[in-house]
Formats: sequence, structure tokens, C-alpha cells
Amino acid sequence: MSERYGRARPTVLAAALVAVVAALALPAAGLGVEGKSDQACQLSVFSWWTGGGEAAGLTKLIGIWNKAHPDCKFKNETVAGGAGTNAKAVLAKRLAAGNPPDSFQGHAGAELRDYIKAGQVLPIDFIYKQAGFGKVMPASLINQIRYNGKIYSVPVNIHRANVLWYNPKTLKANGIAVPKSWGQWITALQKAEDAGLIPLAMGEQWTAKHLLETVMIGALGPKGWAALWRPNSQARWSSKAVTNALNRYNTLLGYTNSDAGSLIWQDAGKLVADGKAAFNVMGDWQDGYFSGTKKGGNLALKPLTGYGWAPVPGTDNVYDWLSDSFTLPKGAPHQAAAVQWLTFLGSRVAQDTFNPVKGSIPARKDANAKLYGPYLKSALKDWKSDALAGSLTHGVVASNAWNADIDTALGLFLQTKNVSRFQTALVAAAKKNS
Amino acid sequence: MRKIRRWGPGLLLVSPSILLIAVFVYGLIGWNVKVSFSDWRQAQQTSGFDTGAYGELFPGDAGQTDDFVRSVATGDQPLSLSTDPAWIVDLHHALLFTLVFVLGALLMGAFLAFLLDKGVKGEGFFRAVYLFPMAVSFIAAGVVWRWLMNPAPGDRSTGFNLLFDKLGVGFLANEWYLGVDWGAAALAVPAVWALSGYIMALYLAGFRGVPEELREAARMDGASEWRVYRHVVFPHLRPVTLSALIILGHISIKVFDLIVAIGGKQLITQTPAVYMWILIYDARDYAKGAAIATLLLVGISVLVVPYLVYTVRSEREV
Repeated sequence: MSERYGRARPTVLAAALVAVVAALALPAAGLGVEGKSDQACQLSVFSWWTGGGEAAGLTKLIGIWNKAHPDCKFKNETVAGGAGTNAKAVLAKRLAAGNPPDSFQGHAGAELRDYIKAGQVLPIDFIYKQAGFGKVMPASLINQIRYNGKIYSVPVNIHRANVLWYNPKTLKANGIAVPKSWGQWITALQKAEDAGLIPLAMGEQWTAKHLLETVMIGALGPKGWAALWRPNSQARWSSKAVTNALNRYNTLLGYTNSDAGSLIWQDAGKLVADGKAAFNVMGDWQDGYFSGTKKGGNLALKPLTGYGWAPVPGTDNVYDWLSDSFTLPKGAPHQAAAVQWLTFLGSRVAQDTFNPVKGSIPARKDANAKLYGPYLKSALKDWKSDALAGSLTHGVVASNAWNADIDTALGLFLQTKNVSRFQTALVAAAKKNS
Repeated sequence: MRKIRRWGPGLLLVSPSILLIAVFVYGLIGWNVKVSFSDWRQAQQTSGFDTGAYGELFPGDAGQTDDFVRSVATGDQPLSLSTDPAWIVDLHHALLFTLVFVLGALLMGAFLAFLLDKGVKGEGFFRAVYLFPMAVSFIAAGVVWRWLMNPAPGDRSTGFNLLFDKLGVGFLANEWYLGVDWGAAALAVPAVWALSGYIMALYLAGFRGVPEELREAARMDGASEWRVYRHVVFPHLRPVTLSALIILGHISIKVFDLIVAIGGKQLITQTPAVYMWILIYDARDYAKGAAIATLLLVGISVLVVPYLVYTVRSEREV
């Protein structure tokens, strides 16, 4: 090695060192800059409302917000994916990293409990008090979203899970009446089967869970249903009443299509719309799919003539509800603005702006019914009078972990159809999680 | 000092990548293992060390393992065991998937390579055609195969079932990936389709690597063409087969995207990697999710480490 070469080395070394340091420091510097540019107020709201009526409704809300708060514009942070599966993963990472948005979407009820227990969201009872939400939202709703005596979110909309969808033409052509009771339902299903129809269209596993919850609520009643989700409820899960409900469910599964596992919920609903199936149990987002425009990937059917609806037999006067709600994260960068946002979301203006577009009803009882279509009008009426039962599949009554254990139990049951085995697994899940 | 001058700059040049790999690969592997041995089952963790997550992934009583698997399959699994039934189902799926996928891709790949080696017109064209499926992502392939393997009966059938029906072999129509016992085998079919072209390329290179003189010598000695392959060519392909096994095996153990694209998140199609995702992001059972990740890593290491040792050793011999 020559002397000259050796002397040149330190410069090379230094240059390399600089490059290394720069490479390591740059990403960090980039983050720092981003953090600082946030000094101008910007309300970052995290949701999975990226498509269809939800995105359109959110855009309208953003319009109102930006007009009223020119000093703190809305920053729409959405992550695509049905029911928020991907969004929740991204959110979990952000919260774990101590980088929360100003407010984030979550299904109201038990699904938020993981965030609450981890101290990632703050109680917002004071907003309810100041804005008087307690007077305009059903007391039982507020009771069901309360955790340890405190409220942690503002429900923006209400969906109903226990809806039986049918095609009036199909039923009429085959002389099938819309069933009101369990007995009538079985008669109707049998008639449909004899007519060569799929009696009850069902989709992949989560829609089977959706069906299960509506059947259980029908068999147990809203009070018996609520009791299943209280602490130490395993004894209730092993009761005769639950056995009876599971047997009913097993009977219903005998009337479903064999390819359920390969269909998404729209596929199953379309079987009814196409006259190939008599009934389908799905949440009322199906109304948007049936009546929405063809351009938006929907079926553009006329309500009441193209498709009809009724409460799932046995759940008359029960509203199996779920709700999208927004929270106040701990360490939100713009907390004052976030509080204003949550107050705004609970207002009549916001709820009556968002819901007709999204295809759901307001959590408030004072909605302007004129703004809503035929299905939603009937839902508004029921919301004021019905008893409330929280949805299992959509995160109201059980924590995520409990839901996952029930998924496993149900998945095995769909393969084996062994009711007593299913019940034992459900009891075990309750013992572990309640 | 002189010594530092010799290896210093080189080391400095690779140090960023060493540092990044140390932190983001090995550091995170270590962190994952740590999480798997914690009690971080819900939102928060309390104490330091806990093997509870692994406890649910191994049968409580080792002697009963066979009975246990059988009883899960027949539906009257005893509850006394703490093992997570979903995990047993996952293992069954993973095993079946691996068998069909690895054997299928190896045999298909070797067969295609054999055909091309025999001298087909337009070899380049066929090579490209067979290799192309590998360029399609598992997600996209999954969407197409979901339609091809549609289990819908009667007038709603599409894909293969419809084709079977039109060809008059309707009895072949089946429920594909929705089958309780053999569903995982159907899930492996698209994976075989995607990877067999790649295996073909490996084998073709292997075939070409066998000196023509050896084949000719065998032929001179009166060996039939089959015997030439059986006793001359194939023995030369052992290293190729080993590499192919490793590549297919590790893809098989961590398969996720293909499964989700075809079956979504359902127990009937669930594999260990899918369950890991569900546990971490849906159930927020971080310890158990991390435990599965660790077991997958161990499974892959069992395949890869002996291979690496073998390669390093044979390279030294060369």
C-alpha cells in the first residue's frame, strides 16, 4: 500500500462516516420537520370511511367543519378496508407509537374497551353534559356505551343488524308470507325449499355470526341477551335457553346455501334480489346496496317493490344496534379542536347531514324524517320505541378477544354442526373473557 | 493502524446495512420473541415472563396429541385440554397445504423441465409461459382462483365446476376450498400453479448443467433414455431439488396473502400466518400472535439453517 494512498484514506473515511451518519439521521430529521409544521392547527381525524355513502357523508361533514373552523382545517386520515380491519391495524400501531390522531373512529361499545383499558382514550362525559346529548339520545343507548360509569365516544350513526330481507315478487310467486314468529319462519323456509329456492342466503363466516346473534336475541330476548355479556356470565351461557337458541340456529343453517363460505355479504343479498333465494339476514347497510345507483356498484332496486324488509322473526320491537363513534385520544395534538369536533358530531345538523347519505339513522331521536328514504324512515320510527340489544358481530357487547374466541367456536361448529360441543366452547369463551 | 486501514473503509461502507439489519431484523426478532414470552394478552402487560401463550399452542398432555387431533376432527374434542382448537385446525391446514404444494410444484416443475429438455420447438416461448405465473402476485392470483374454484352448485356454478359440468364430468365438481378435510389441498393448487414454472427453470438449468458427455457415455453403454435420466441426470439434480424444497417450504409455512384472497378470514381456510394476523390485529392477543410468529420462524429455520450449513460446506469443498 503506497504512502500517498494511505494518506488519502482519512478523507475517504470521513466522507464515508458523514454518509453513514446522514443516512441514519435523515429519516429522523424528516419526522422532526413533519412534527413542527403542525403548528398551524389541523384537525386530524382517523376513520375507515373511504368509499360509498360513508365517504360522501364524511365529505359533507368536512365541508361544514371547514366553513365553521377556517383556523383549524380538517385533515382526513383514512385507511381503506371493510369494517375497518386494516384501519384498526394501522391505528393500533400509531397509538402504540404515541402518535394518536385528534379523533378516531371505532364501533361504539365493547370494541372500544381495549383502548379504554390501555388508557389511550379519555372520558368525555363533560361533552355530553355541555351539549345535552343525554336528553336527545336514548338512555339505554348511553347506558350500553358507558364503561365503568364513564362515556368515551360520540355515536354518529346507528345501524340495525336484525333485518330480514326478502324479494316481494319471489315470496308472492311462491305463496310465502313474511314470517313474524319462529314457527312462521320455518314454515316459510320449508316452502321456499320445496319451491326449489335457496331458503336462506348466507355468506362467509362473519355473516354466519351475524345470523347467530339475531337468532339468539330472538330466542333470549334483549334482557337475556344483555345478561350474557355481564361479568362472570358463564353460567348463563350453559343455560337451557342458550341450548334452545343454538338448536334454532342449527335448524336455520340447514336451510342455507352450501357455498356460503365463498360469498361476501353482497353476493348473499344479491341472491335474494335476483329471486334465487327467499330470505337473507343482514344489517341495514343492505338497504344502501339494494337501492343505491348502479354506477356505485349497487343494484338500483325500488324499496318495497324490488326488495322488502322486516325484523328477523322473533325480534319484533328489538333494535339490534351498532354504531360508528368517535373518540378523544389521550395526547391528541389539538385537543380543544377535537372536543369541538365531537360536539359537532353529536349535533342534529351533523347527524342529519351524514346519515341520509351514509344510509343509517342518527343516534338522536329528533332527526328530521323527511330527509330519509323509505327503509330509514321505518328504522327511525323503530329506534324511538324499540328495546335495544347491542350487536356482537359489530363490536358492541364483547371485547375483541372474546369475539375472536367465539369466531373459533363458530368456525368449528359450521364444520361439525355439533350443538353441545358449540355450547361448551361458548361457555369456555365466556369463562375466559367475561 | 495499518490493519484498520485495510478493513476499516470496507466495514464502514457496509456498516449502515449491518446496523439496519441488526436493528430491524435481528432486533425485532428478539423483541418478537420477548413479546411471545410475556403476558401481553390484552391492552396492557403486567409482569415480565409468561409462557401462557405457548401453552395454548401445544397440547396440554403430549401423550394425547393424536387423540386430540382426531377428536377435533370428529367434533367431540375434550375441553380439559387448554390447547386452542383454532391452532389445531391451522396445523392441519398447514400440513396438508405444504404436502400438496411442495410435492405438486416439484413434480410439475420437474415434468415441465423434462419436456423442455427433450427439445421442444419454441422453447423460449414455453419457458416464458410457464414462468409467468410467478410474476403474478398471490393476491391477484387468489382473486382469479377464487372464481375458478367457486363451489357454488347448480346454475350458479362458475370456473372449474362449470367446466366439468359442460365436459360431461359433472361428478368431478366439488366444494374446493370449503371442504372440511381437503379444503387446504385446494388452496395449494393456485400456489402450485404460481411456483411450478420457477421450479421448472431451476430444473432446466440443472438438466443443462449435466455434461452431454456423461449422457452420451451412458447411451454408448446401452442405457435407455429413461435410465439415462434415472441414473445419470437425476443424481446430478440433488442440489437443485434441495434448493427447490427450501424455497417452496418456506413459502408454504408463511403463506398468508393467497389464503386471505381466496378464503378471507374464516376458520375453514385459516393457516397459522392468518391466525397470527387475527390474533394481533383483531383479538389484540399480542403474546400469542408473537408466539405463532416465533414458531413460524423456528419452522423456517429448521428448513433453512441446515441448507445454509450444507451450502457453506460444499462451497468450501469446491
